[in-house]
Amino acid sequence: MQENILQLKNISKSFDGEMVLEELSLDIKRNEFVTLLGPSGCGKTTTLRIIGGFATPDSGQVIMEGKDITLLPTEQRCVNTVFQKYALFPHMSIEENIAFGLRIKKKDEAYIKEKVRYALELVNLMGFEKRKPHSLSGGQQQRIAIARAIVNEPKILLLDEPLGALDLKLRQDMQKELIRLKKELGITFIYVTHDQEEALTMSDKIVVMNQGYIQQIGSPEDIYNEPQNAFVADFIGDANLLAATMLKDELVSINDTRFTCVDKGFGTNKPVDVVIRPEDVEIMERGKGIFPAIVSSILFKGVHYEIIANGIGIQWMIHTTVYYEIGSKIDLYIKPFNIQIMHKPESEDEAVNHEE
Amino acid sequence: MVKLKDFFCKFYVAIIMLFLYAPIMVLIVSSFNSSKSRVLWGGFTLEWYQQMLNSSIVIGALRNTVVLAVGSAFFATIIGLLASIGIDAMRKKEFSIVMSITNIPMLNADIVTGIAMMLLIFRFMPLGFSSIMLAHITFNIPYVILNILPRFNQMDISTYEAARDLGAGPVTSFFKVVLPDIIPGIVAGFFMAMTMSMDDFVITYFTKGAGVNTLSTMIYGQIKKGIQPTMYALSTMIFAVTILLLITINLITLPKKSGKNKPR
Ligand SMILES: Nc1ncnc2c1ncn2[C@@H]1O[C@H](COP(=O)(O)OP(=O)(O)OP(=O)(O)O)[C@@H](O)[C@H]1O
Ligand SMILES: [Mg+2]
Repeated sequence: MQENILQLKNISKSFDGEMVLEELSLDIKRNEFVTLLGPSGCGKTTTLRIIGGFATPDSGQVIMEGKDITLLPTEQRCVNTVFQKYALFPHMSIEENIAFGLRIKKKDEAYIKEKVRYALELVNLMGFEKRKPHSLSGGQQQRIAIARAIVNEPKILLLDEPLGALDLKLRQDMQKELIRLKKELGITFIYVTHDQEEALTMSDKIVVMNQGYIQQIGSPEDIYNEPQNAFVADFIGDANLLAATMLKDELVSINDTRFTCVDKGFGTNKPVDVVIRPEDVEIMERGKGIFPAIVSSILFKGVHYEIIANGIGIQWMIHTTVYYEIGSKIDLYIKPFNIQIMHKPESEDEAVNHEE
Repeated sequence: MVKLKDFFCKFYVAIIMLFLYAPIMVLIVSSFNSSKSRVLWGGFTLEWYQQMLNSSIVIGALRNTVVLAVGSAFFATIIGLLASIGIDAMRKKEFSIVMSITNIPMLNADIVTGIAMMLLIFRFMPLGFSSIMLAHITFNIPYVILNILPRFNQMDISTYEAARDLGAGPVTSFFKVVLPDIIPGIVAGFFMAMTMSMDDFVITYFTKGAGVNTLSTMIYGQIKKGIQPTMYALSTMIFAVTILLLITINLITLPKKSGKNKPR
């Protein structure tokens, strides 16, 4: 089976008395593409800096391949970083930038030359050797930053919002590029972003963070389809987030209307949170659904329409490909397995979720 | 209307220029005047320059001035660079405290600094050449910091981190990545320190021992005996060197435009 290449154990970190990470634990497997996802200021960069060795945790351990590297200086870790602002060396040519790590390690020039050529080929920038970083576009600089990191053959590549500064089209191209690179190189990627779409497209595993806590770890499908709490549901994709009561196993009441669902084990008459994705709310003819509703607005969104409909005292967000007039009288229907039940936060710490 | 405004603008600038540079122009012209009179033009001559360069007093003072300028600038640059590294790493609050403290010597009246240094240095060593050197190094440090620190602030710390990330130790990273970024500040600081040292009179006057002279203190001494045209020649030369140094500093600190659009 796949082994853990990196483990974070109970990492805590505070700046000037303010807790940024609290008791964070995370296992990362070899060859995984792991994404740290969360809103601005939730501690993603800090986590990455602790893995890279740019910051030391107040407590807890960083274990790489079984060895404790918490206090090992950056330059001795088999980890390389692609920085958010590229951090290319402005006074060096592209070739010197990429060769920097290899020259430090005193590799011979023939090897270096071959490696630089290979790296430039990998990022599709052949012939740029003699150029200076400032003569390249943002996207090109970004790719050089990636090339500079991977020639060192790190065991783990850390990427801190590497596509943050690029426009949408270039971003999507680079996402594909990164996935291809990851496959070709066969190394572990730890990727930081606050863009949920990016995380869903690229990752094997997503770690959703908020205010220094891990909210959920799982595959993109898990995170999207079965969010464990309201924060995750709200942060990932669009969602109808509703307060409800679990009457008994497989039966939930939303605003006094009963829905069958598939979740069990929440107890009887327990308050819960419910998430229903807009594409899972189905529109039917009057009399055929679970409850009646009236269309109050419709917006064209390209691939689909976004409809807001009022029913049982709730504004429902619905994604559909069929057009409905405003004021249309419809019924809504939701399949039992599309109703996702979540525990309400119990402790103070968990309540953090709802502040956003 | 516009023309009138334009005229006054130009007139104003001309007046300023006149007040600023007329005395120096008079000095320069006088240094080439073969008549000893301060008001009559007796024809062009280089005699005063010749006399000046043949005078052992002048040459001795010149040597002292140059050694002091280069030496104090050198040591002040090293100390100032190290100080800048330290100050840059400080937090915001400490940073502003330390910066105001380092700025005090620059704003302080020279005479206060001079007397204070004399009192302090005299306790540990006889006043002489070394005491001037110490004093010059001391008052030069803030000027060096003033030139280097902004470079650190502008610099993106992530390039240093990137170098560490790629396997370079702290020292190698500093020399390979940080230094090239701040070298213009270092050179500018060095030249500014040299200028300051060459220009200084008051502090030198208080910290020098008997018989040791820099150009400025020597000129002061000579003037007491009655002013000689050789002093005009000497002052003109000092002015020329100062201007040269200032131009150099400006050229270094000016943002470089070339290279960016070089065709390939
Ligand atoms: N060196 C530092 N000194 C003081 N506070 C810091 C420092 N670095 C980070 N912080 C604080 O720690 C918190 C988390 O920062 P971090 O950079 O990890 O967030 P992030 O998740 O990367 O956010 P973003 O998406 O905006 O980059 C923030 O509140 C930030 O102000
Ligand atoms: Mg960040």
